[in-house]
Amino acid sequence: MSILVDKDTRLICQGITGKAGAFHSEQCRDYGTNLVGGVTPGKGGTTALGVPVFDTCEEAVKATGANATMIFVPPPFAADSILEAADAGIALIVAITEGIPVLDMARAVAYLKAHHPSVRLIGPNCPGVITPGQCKIGIMPGYIHKPGRVGVVSRSGTLTYEAVWQLTNLGIGQSTCVGIGGDPVNGTSFVDALNMFENDPDTDAVLMMGEIGGNAEEQAAELKKSGKFTKPMAAFIAGQTAPPGKRMGHAGAIISGGSGKAEDKIAALEGAGIRVAKSPADMGVSLQAALKA
Amino acid sequence: MKVHEYQAKDLLKVAGVAVPEGIVCGTPEEAAEAYDKLGGGLIVVKAQVHAGGRGKGIAIGPDDDRGEALEIASGLKPRKEGMAKGVQLVRSKEDAKRAASELLGKTLVTYQTGADGQMIKKVLVTVGHDIARELYLGLAVDRGLQCPVLMATTEGGVDIEIVAHDTPEKIHREPIDVGAGLLDFQARKVCHALGLAGPAARNGEKFLKAFVKFFLDSDASLAEINPLIVTDKGEVLALDAKLNFDDNAMFRHKDIAALIDVDEEDPNELRAGKSGLSYVSLDGDIACLVNGAGLAMSTMDLIKYHGGEPANFLDVGGGAQKDQVLEAFRILLADPNVKAVLVNIFGGIMKCDTIASALLAAYDEIDFKVPLVVRLEGTNVDLGKKLLDESGRKIITAIGLTDAAKKVVAAAKGAA
Repeated sequence: MSILVDKDTRLICQGITGKAGAFHSEQCRDYGTNLVGGVTPGKGGTTALGVPVFDTCEEAVKATGANATMIFVPPPFAADSILEAADAGIALIVAITEGIPVLDMARAVAYLKAHHPSVRLIGPNCPGVITPGQCKIGIMPGYIHKPGRVGVVSRSGTLTYEAVWQLTNLGIGQSTCVGIGGDPVNGTSFVDALNMFENDPDTDAVLMMGEIGGNAEEQAAELKKSGKFTKPMAAFIAGQTAPPGKRMGHAGAIISGGSGKAEDKIAALEGAGIRVAKSPADMGVSLQAALKA
Repeated sequence: MKVHEYQAKDLLKVAGVAVPEGIVCGTPEEAAEAYDKLGGGLIVVKAQVHAGGRGKGIAIGPDDDRGEALEIASGLKPRKEGMAKGVQLVRSKEDAKRAASELLGKTLVTYQTGADGQMIKKVLVTVGHDIARELYLGLAVDRGLQCPVLMATTEGGVDIEIVAHDTPEKIHREPIDVGAGLLDFQARKVCHALGLAGPAARNGEKFLKAFVKFFLDSDASLAEINPLIVTDKGEVLALDAKLNFDDNAMFRHKDIAALIDVDEEDPNELRAGKSGLSYVSLDGDIACLVNGAGLAMSTMDLIKYHGGEPANFLDVGGGAQKDQVLEAFRILLADPNVKAVLVNIFGGIMKCDTIASALLAAYDEIDFKVPLVVRLEGTNVDLGKKLLDESGRKIITAIGLTDAAKKVVAAAKGAA
């Protein structure tokens, strides 16, 4: 087993006819993901990568039975695409798009909570989700992963690849890797991901990569401390040297009003008994040590 | 994106938020004229820079001691006779002219600007009010609640971070439904919490509703009114206004985007943004060029962990194409403090040999005077490393993060 995606996932791509959408849809399909179609308004009736393109998500779901979508729609229209997918009955929405206005996401998340509470949104501004050997939805390089029993969750892209690569090189495979994204308002939090990993019998431990800004890491620490997350865990927090008040690439990576500092997050995680890697070179070995402890 | 106080007040006024009458001026003569136009009496002349702490800030000339000015502006030393504060009260036309001439063209140092300060190009000349009470209003997106939250407190005029830290119970928080805006009962609730009654309550409710509507309509990311004042007559006015906007939403607010003051921005950060790079300058001497924001932050941390000091944050994006790498190198090497450069690229979908070729092409167009350490990881890493090692250029290759950090820290120390 795994969380979120597996070999039965039927994927469409919203924005499949764009450059990035087409490239990554092909990469996902080549990895073994069951890509069943795409959506681009105005291009319905054509094909891309050998799969049918539809004008609307509703049509795409009816024709293909899709249960997951990967969104590459440009930022001004991306939040609307998320809601269109939810309305069409798609259970898992992975939004890759970076640069969606924060209030668009606040509206979208509020709408999902009110009208589609069972829909799972991952992202936006994230690398996606992968269950190694079964299904890849997103922009991560597939080959660095190895099927196994460690869950990975992160706010970042390349830092996750780094962590996964360290695990793979240590011979530690992954059950599912989830990029929750670097935006201040997103669909899935660390706590959501940890709850899913807790309930997955095929995940033995979790490696979490957090960063400055917000308090999602502190909430994860609280979950662990309260005993609701029982599996071994290791973590790394990026941005220990970041100055306050400056946005570090990700829209959500900012220390503001004295909150969101790396040192507070590390203290909270360690206080919950979570092993925190001091150097990003030690993410893999920290998880290895947590497994042995 | 930040705007000046006078721009913020113009935007708020159009949106129906009550602000004191004011005129923005670029010369002392204009300030004198503005004094009369505003009806004379008690008038305030305020330096316009993108920083808080202007009231305690000190306007200095090129020959003044900036470090001392910062100490004074931070309240560590008493203000000396003749030093001009960033905000001045005047009672005559001549005084208005003098105050403006003390500020315009000078550098304002506040506890927020640091010792470098900010050039004052404009002053806001505005009507002074008899203040009965000073309150605080703030509006920002709460990440936990995933919606904007209106914050109000009776502790106006002071640093809100101190209030939040010392007496958080004094801050009333009202979550805003992004679809519905501030509801009438919420406006009443907040006014009640602020102790507003009678005409002040009615004015306050009107102010709050317009303020929240403006925030939502304009894609603001932070809006602060500190202080929000209540006059003896029950008027409720924004005596100061700070607005930040969501850069990602400026495509639909061309009017606001046009208010950017490039002189207030870090030129290298602006330049990087134009090339799709994300750059933040820091005080250290080891520059870094990394793909991905999380890895870029981690690389800074890694340098520090191994005893070095990062000179910047720089994310070249996922691909690391030649043109972006070239521009990134130029930006990094423009910093005179840089003694060594670390390139850390996780080649995901892009292969390491392709990245190595791009690095070499960029390297050849730059006059590299400091050591360059390159760490690649991912597909074809051996091929990429071989390309760099056999290129004949003075590039130090590294295997793994720790090796890279040790090499670049040593290189920076060697060059010192």
